[in-house]
Amino acid sequence: MESVLVLTHADESGAALSKGSLEAVTAGRELAGQMGAELTIGIVAEHATRMATQVAGAAKRVLAIEGEAFAQARFASDAAACEALCRAAQATFVLAPQSSRFARVMSAVAHRVGGVIDTHITAIDGAASVEAARWFYRQRIEAVVRREKRPWFLLLDAGTHSAFAGDTSQEQMEEIAIAVELPTMRTQVTGTRAPKQDAQTIRPDAKLLFVAGAGWTKKQPDGQVHVAEAGELILKFLAASGASLGSSKSLVDQGGEGHSVLPFLTHLNQIGQTGSTPRHEKGLSTCCHGEEPHVVGWRFVGERRAVSLDPNCGWTRGKADVVYIADAFEVMARVNELLEATRGK
Amino acid sequence: MNFHIVVCAGIVPDPLQTLESTTAPNGPGIKNEMVLPAVLDPWATSALYEAANLAAKNSGSPQNPSKVWLVSLGPKAKLQQVMMSVAQKASFELVPIDGPIGGFPDAQATAAVLADTIAAIPGLEPERLLLFGGWESATRGAGVTLQLVGERLGIGDQFQGVDAIDMHEDGSFEVLERVEGGKHQVSVCAGAPAVLGWATGNLAEPRNNPQQGMANMRTIMPALQKAKTVALEANGLNYVSVSLPKQQRTTRVEKNMNAEEIAREIVEWIGAK
Repeated sequence: MESVLVLTHADESGAALSKGSLEAVTAGRELAGQMGAELTIGIVAEHATRMATQVAGAAKRVLAIEGEAFAQARFASDAAACEALCRAAQATFVLAPQSSRFARVMSAVAHRVGGVIDTHITAIDGAASVEAARWFYRQRIEAVVRREKRPWFLLLDAGTHSAFAGDTSQEQMEEIAIAVELPTMRTQVTGTRAPKQDAQTIRPDAKLLFVAGAGWTKKQPDGQVHVAEAGELILKFLAASGASLGSSKSLVDQGGEGHSVLPFLTHLNQIGQTGSTPRHEKGLSTCCHGEEPHVVGWRFVGERRAVSLDPNCGWTRGKADVVYIADAFEVMARVNELLEATRGK
Repeated sequence: MNFHIVVCAGIVPDPLQTLESTTAPNGPGIKNEMVLPAVLDPWATSALYEAANLAAKNSGSPQNPSKVWLVSLGPKAKLQQVMMSVAQKASFELVPIDGPIGGFPDAQATAAVLADTIAAIPGLEPERLLLFGGWESATRGAGVTLQLVGERLGIGDQFQGVDAIDMHEDGSFEVLERVEGGKHQVSVCAGAPAVLGWATGNLAEPRNNPQQGMANMRTIMPALQKAKTVALEANGLNYVSVSLPKQQRTTRVEKNMNAEEIAREIVEWIGAK
């Protein structure tokens, strides 16, 4: 008999379950429903029992591990907690969000309980036998896998399921506190740090991804580079539109090579092979020439447009919905003026 | 202060290559993968540069020097080809394992082979071990292997998506790990042993140093000749399908719109109110 355990954790505030966790709850309910399996939810947080109400109606049983040690996202404590939850639930499938917190520990947990793991799962089908879809070679090749070994851990990519919003029609759930023996803690989390930037330019929840390519720092028709102007235009646009900023590898790398760079860009902005693969509704690329931003970087971006001076850029053809052959400096300056005027109304 | 740093790094097709999947008798693969130009895995390459930099800054004593090992699993011929350029970038001792290439073999099986190989490195002192690698590979991209290797070696402190490490006098260190929202989580660890899965780090690619390359190749070539050949277990992993995405969009190429018209269309499209 198959059974499903969904592991969840608190968000940054520590007061609620993370969005990714609630998405995993939805996936767990769907999978358990398809298989006719029992669903259990596990919570790891400083005040885990308080968060159980957020998953009311999702499962009959909620297992909670709480305490001060779990306020920190740390390998030793999180791995011990997740292992204890898995041993208590004895589930054959363990679902969890592909968050930085759980991605750090879940492979080790799977190993400890004799299971196997697959990560970055984008879809699960449990109709006949359970099959999971994920991408290989940085979003270039998609595969569907099946495993015989149990427990099978599946880490779900963010945005692949809707967040669970409660189900009052279901019967009352049983809450069980689980005790865990912690090893000696050799690591202390001291906080978070935003990169040195004039403003936070990475906004995962933004509707629009704005991708800046290396063309912004190249010589313009007057024979000069206009990096300061480019930076101003981009930051103005981000402020006015609320977009998140992505960048091509070549532009970020220029900083390390001593070339003129946009001062607010870091490797965290990088998308593509060695960067992130964000999921935004829309993407606008500017001054990008290459496969990285257009194929790998915005594989999961819905509507895509590009502003480029190269009418023959093979990477935008078939990948973008619209390509404007124009000077991004001129276009974005006018876009900013229009956005400002719109905001002023 | 001195460290024994082991860097796990695979070899991957050059990112600029167009890939096509294929099915072989022993499972899926990349068409012509053996003849595609290959590079050391990009994030693991960051780990190697950071390891070399850390070892150089904390060189230890002549009796107890810091040391960097590069453990790499792949076909011998491809490893040799990639090492010709990697060897010029940093000082290390290669520990090659002759095995399959690519992202489709099971991560659990790969981790088992790597952990056994690392545990058998002569002279490696586990209490001084810093296990480095990329936080995800450019092939499987799972972020599983390094974590499992650390777990198999009994290392209780792991960090993933690392962009910086700052060593303290007492052997403890501060680590910056990537977390959601473009931020870093800051942690202080009491010291080695620890696992660090690197993202890009902060170092620029070192310049080619032919002398360094020649020094490295003196140990790399004999190591490659002696490389142990392994087969990876499937571990019950079955591929139901492997396919290239078929998404081909109909692209509207606008060559005759002026900046004003384009700007208006973009503003309307992004739904600014």
